[in-house]
Amino acid sequence: MPRPSSLRWSNWNLLLLIPLLMLVTPWFNSDGPRLFGLPFFYWYQFAWVPVGVVCVGLVYVKTRNAAVAEDKPDLLGVDDLDEGAK
Amino acid sequence: MQWTELIVFSALFLLVTVLGFVAARWQAGSTLDHLDEWGLGGRKFGSWITWFLVGGDLYTAYTFVAVPALVFGAGATGFFALPYTVILYPIVFLPLVRMWSVSRVHGYVTPADFVRGRYGSHWLALLIAITGIVATMPYIALQLVGLEAVLRTMGLNGSGVLGHAPLFVAFVILALYTYQSGLRAPALIAFVKDTLIYIVILVAVIYLPAKFGGWGQIFDTAQVKYDASPQKSDGILLNANNQLQYATLALGSALALFLYPHSLTGILASRGRNVIKRNMVALPAYSLLLGLLAMLGFVAISAGVKPITNQATGRADTNTVIPVLFGQEFPAWFAGIAFAAIGIGALVPAAIMSIAAANLWTRNVYKEYLKKDATPKQEAKQAKIASLVVKFGAVAFIVFIDPQFSIDLQLIGGVMILQTLPAVAIALYTRWFHVYGLVIGWFVGMGWGMWLLYNIGTPEVRDAAGKVVTAGRPHFAGSALALDKLSLFGWQPFAGSTVQVYVGIVAVAANLVVAVLVTLVAKKLHVFNGTDETNGEDYHADEGSSRVKPVAAH
Repeated sequence: MPRPSSLRWSNWNLLLLIPLLMLVTPWFNSDGPRLFGLPFFYWYQFAWVPVGVVCVGLVYVKTRNAAVAEDKPDLLGVDDLDEGAK
Repeated sequence: MQWTELIVFSALFLLVTVLGFVAARWQAGSTLDHLDEWGLGGRKFGSWITWFLVGGDLYTAYTFVAVPALVFGAGATGFFALPYTVILYPIVFLPLVRMWSVSRVHGYVTPADFVRGRYGSHWLALLIAITGIVATMPYIALQLVGLEAVLRTMGLNGSGVLGHAPLFVAFVILALYTYQSGLRAPALIAFVKDTLIYIVILVAVIYLPAKFGGWGQIFDTAQVKYDASPQKSDGILLNANNQLQYATLALGSALALFLYPHSLTGILASRGRNVIKRNMVALPAYSLLLGLLAMLGFVAISAGVKPITNQATGRADTNTVIPVLFGQEFPAWFAGIAFAAIGIGALVPAAIMSIAAANLWTRNVYKEYLKKDATPKQEAKQAKIASLVVKFGAVAFIVFIDPQFSIDLQLIGGVMILQTLPAVAIALYTRWFHVYGLVIGWFVGMGWGMWLLYNIGTPEVRDAAGKVVTAGRPHFAGSALALDKLSLFGWQPFAGSTVQVYVGIVAVAANLVVAVLVTLVAKKLHVFNGTDETNGEDYHADEGSSRVKPVAAH
């Protein structure tokens, strides 16, 4: 009997590759233009923080309706899941 | 002696001590005599608790003092911590939920448990467990370095072994409540730690730049300092030689972080896949914080901070830069809060790391080789004792051996833990690699990585007058390898190049190449490749599924 495959793919997962572009240092290794006095090198990299969050967040939202949970859909709020906080 | 700071620090320290002991009863399961309860907090932490716990675990006190100290000393290269923690979450998002599911179905507590189940090889699991323990030990010791930087800044800067007494007291308390409460203690304390850290850093990055004429002025002052220093690699920007090192160090560190057993402990303690996924979206808040904190290294230059001399070693301790900055620029009571934030910040990861190391010892050495029929209760007992041994080992490291040794070891630890990537992370996706390939790849990656690190030295730095500013070090002086030094059995593919690369990436690449070659040969010869107890569906099981194993089942 062939073993069931453990892989499930969604094209949304490709978004997770985008933040790796942050590693291309020649694109941002410069002093100007400055923002609030910060050299480009620094504020450019700070700007990637929200980019990373959006990429991961999109993949999370877009793939959660895929048949992953077997018994129940994920409709609980954050606090409902937070058993220990109560 | 700085009394106000000491009193505020002690009061907050007392608060978390009480929390640490109370934690044993917080959301307690039916028993603490099981590793699921003691070592994983009952495997039921929700999104908020996990956010505080994992955040408190990954962004350690050492990170909070060492990253700004690095920026203070070298400038832009120290800022790699930001790209590192931004690319981290997209990389681990998918593998971590698979790891959670398969561990939940089979009741795995450690990454080595997973490898044991996936390949049916206790030797490969032992290799993974030892790597984890050895890489984690110096990391715990470094938390002490962070804690001690704060204690010495507050005036508790005695010399000799006695000078370490305050550190020792703090650690005995930590050891006791970790012993009693297990993972619940750091989970509860993390709330206090992270709240304090957020307050302190947000206040600091709003208040301090204004005080020194704004960020523009601060960066200009910093550049003047770097220009004047005889070091060539420093500056507020990268240079042609260290850009590759910057990118590969960020990438290598991101690949390595969740291979550390303590990071996985936080993930396995969470309740379900969605808790982990939400956290991968929310944890970058800490990255933002770390980036802001890193820039305080530049502020410290403007403020003219002088690192305190550690009376035990007689050398200036650059890790005191941030504590000194806070002590110098803030009123005493607020500095006390800042010190407490860093001090408590050392306790949370130290507790989780010692629990993770204890879990590895218990599951993959004690239960595997010493007492195969150990009951869950005996396992829990063994892990509790192991957590004590690990912590006191770390204290002994700091007290009796030069702290610099721990820093070197942690550098080595990062390269070491990266060698478990094929057996742990890639195995989550495919069983294509042969167990022999993984073992031999591990030896090659480890051996070559250590050899390369051993041979990295720095020349001594002299100022214009010829006076030695920084003493040279012949071995283990960093993780940046000049490509010129890269040699494959005498063949130097990049001879003459001064471009630097992170050793860990080189070593893991060698590991993978060897693993592939050995796998091809082993498959050709039809060598038995162990039995896999996991099933494709196991990697997608979520909370509530009928597949998951009951928590703390006997």
